[in-house]
Amino acid sequence: MQNTENGDQKAKEYLFDKPKNVKLLLSCFYASLLILLIIEFFVHKHPHFAWEGWLEFYAVYGFVACVVLVVAAKYILRPLVKRREDYYD
Amino acid sequence: MIDPVPPALIFIIGALIVPFFKGKLKSAYLLFLPVLGFVNLISIPEGNNWIVGFLDYNLVLGRVDRLSLIFGYIFHLISFIAILYSLHVKDDLQHVAGLVYAGSALGVVFAGDFLSFFVFWEMLTVASIFLIWARRTKASLDAGYRYLLVHAAGGLCLLAGIVIHVNQTGSIEFGYMGLNGLASYLIFFGFGLNCAWPVLHSWLTDAYPEATITGTIFLSAFTTKCAVYALARVFPGTEALIWIGAIMTGFPIFYAVIENDLRRVLAYSLVNQVGFMVCGIGIGTHLAINGAVAHAFNDILFKALLFMSMGAVMYRTGKINGTDLGGLYRTMPLTCIFCMVGAASISAFPLFSGFVSKSMVMDAAAGGHMRGIWFLLLFASAGVFHHAGIKIPFFAFFSHDSGMRPKEAPLHMLIAMGIAAFLCIFIGSFPGPLYSLLPYPVNYVPYTAPHVLGQTQLLFFSALAFTLLLLSGIYPGEMRCVNLDADWFYRKGARLFYRVADRSFNWVNSVCDRVFVKGLAGSLGRLSRDLTARIALLILVSFWILRGVSGKKLEMKKTNFYNDILEGTLPVGIGAGLAAVFIILIFVLT
Repeated sequence: MQNTENGDQKAKEYLFDKPKNVKLLLSCFYASLLILLIIEFFVHKHPHFAWEGWLEFYAVYGFVACVVLVVAAKYILRPLVKRREDYYD
Repeated sequence: MIDPVPPALIFIIGALIVPFFKGKLKSAYLLFLPVLGFVNLISIPEGNNWIVGFLDYNLVLGRVDRLSLIFGYIFHLISFIAILYSLHVKDDLQHVAGLVYAGSALGVVFAGDFLSFFVFWEMLTVASIFLIWARRTKASLDAGYRYLLVHAAGGLCLLAGIVIHVNQTGSIEFGYMGLNGLASYLIFFGFGLNCAWPVLHSWLTDAYPEATITGTIFLSAFTTKCAVYALARVFPGTEALIWIGAIMTGFPIFYAVIENDLRRVLAYSLVNQVGFMVCGIGIGTHLAINGAVAHAFNDILFKALLFMSMGAVMYRTGKINGTDLGGLYRTMPLTCIFCMVGAASISAFPLFSGFVSKSMVMDAAAGGHMRGIWFLLLFASAGVFHHAGIKIPFFAFFSHDSGMRPKEAPLHMLIAMGIAAFLCIFIGSFPGPLYSLLPYPVNYVPYTAPHVLGQTQLLFFSALAFTLLLLSGIYPGEMRCVNLDADWFYRKGARLFYRVADRSFNWVNSVCDRVFVKGLAGSLGRLSRDLTARIALLILVSFWILRGVSGKKLEMKKTNFYNDILEGTLPVGIGAGLAAVFIILIFVLT
């Protein structure tokens, strides 16, 4: 429950305050992923590189790239470069 | 019809009159300037205009061709948007600095010779620094000084290159050069610094987030894009640029993932986007150059839009760190939507502007069979969606509820963001008009079924990765911290240099003080005071000893004589004798 500064004022409900809406959004998202995977079978490709013709290449690459990005940033880069906020002061 | 004037003049001279206007009139005047500038711009004929003799050279203040024109258009457009966005600012310094900055950028792109190019190039730095200092915090003051020093170093490098080049060729024409010889390398480096190449980039990520809310909009548009223009003009097809650009697209996204200050995240993504342009210029085919220029055009719009939305959040809440924000969609829905349009554009979603320009660079890389480059660019495309496309809107407007319920952004900000957002969608949906402005004829079709599908898959599955990582708690939480970057070398290095200099020079200083000032000068002083007395004593004592004077009496005689000489109370005969001895001594010694 989020209250504004006036405690007596009834907090307004916003779009994503209801878990139902968040769930709906996520389901739509997962459904669109599935549709994207299926459409590929109906699209004629003319790739520059051989691997562009592989099945679901872009989907896999996008997913793997982002996981690698986040994991590398969190577990390699951050320990190397993180300093206290007043490091330069 | 009045004859057109050099585009830079309207802004620079116009800026100086700003302080004389008040209230609504000032707002009207500020908005009128870019409109006037645009009318002026489209009435300039193509070719070299305003050729001015200077010393033995001809300055060209208006070289108008397709490459300079498209930058001219977008600079006018973004000036209008940025001025509209900053109408609430009461500080004349910022208005004047912003206009002079925009004017200098126009001066750079329309300069047809190295000399006027260099003058405007340096004015860019000088004007932009006031947009940083105008925030008037200690952090912005310090960052501004660092920005100034780094750019001064880059500027000197560029100047050295230009001087050598002019000396060798005898021409100051600003045109294609390519990488050959010292002069071109120095100029290349000078451009690269403003272009925020890897390792040289940290002035950008250091200073831009410290600038004022409105200043950052101007900053994000001009300096780096002027450098992109200069590279496209002087070094198209230079192979080194391909790799420099590809690395630029790659490494900043790692930083962007762990950065807390959301404007700094955008600064990193600015480096990432400029990387696509640099890479395109390096590939150098017509398609690639077109792609680089089109992407510069689009990037100015969507990056400004993102910075404006974050600026609006900062204006209303006073906060910009991911740790302090969240849940603002509730009361700032329009800003949130505009931010998401910017995010979709930078991520190159189909129907948004990034899609129609970034893919040109990608296809040019594929057309040249550059596998490694293509993979890097594709990685960066997925990554940019991750940090600029999702992270920015998510942490500011959704995520956990910060409890803040700020008002929606002021009307003029909303209109400015609305214009930029409209253009992002318009260009993305109807790329024809943009393509018709590009330097080379375009026969590129961005909307093919496999291309749209591939890009959409790439982005949606990046989003899936984000969703899963967030839900599983692996996604790195926002943290209050500083992340070390290349600026460490001069921020810490400068202190080390200072300390080393302090220790070594002050040590030399104190030794000199001891040896020369206190030691040598003192003993010289003493010597000059009683040298004659000592010499006379030496002679007399041996004389006295020969005469058999000894013991106490000798000591007494010595003391008396010494004092007599020092006080000058000797009998005339002895004084004359001593003088004679002294003269002989000098005679012998010299």
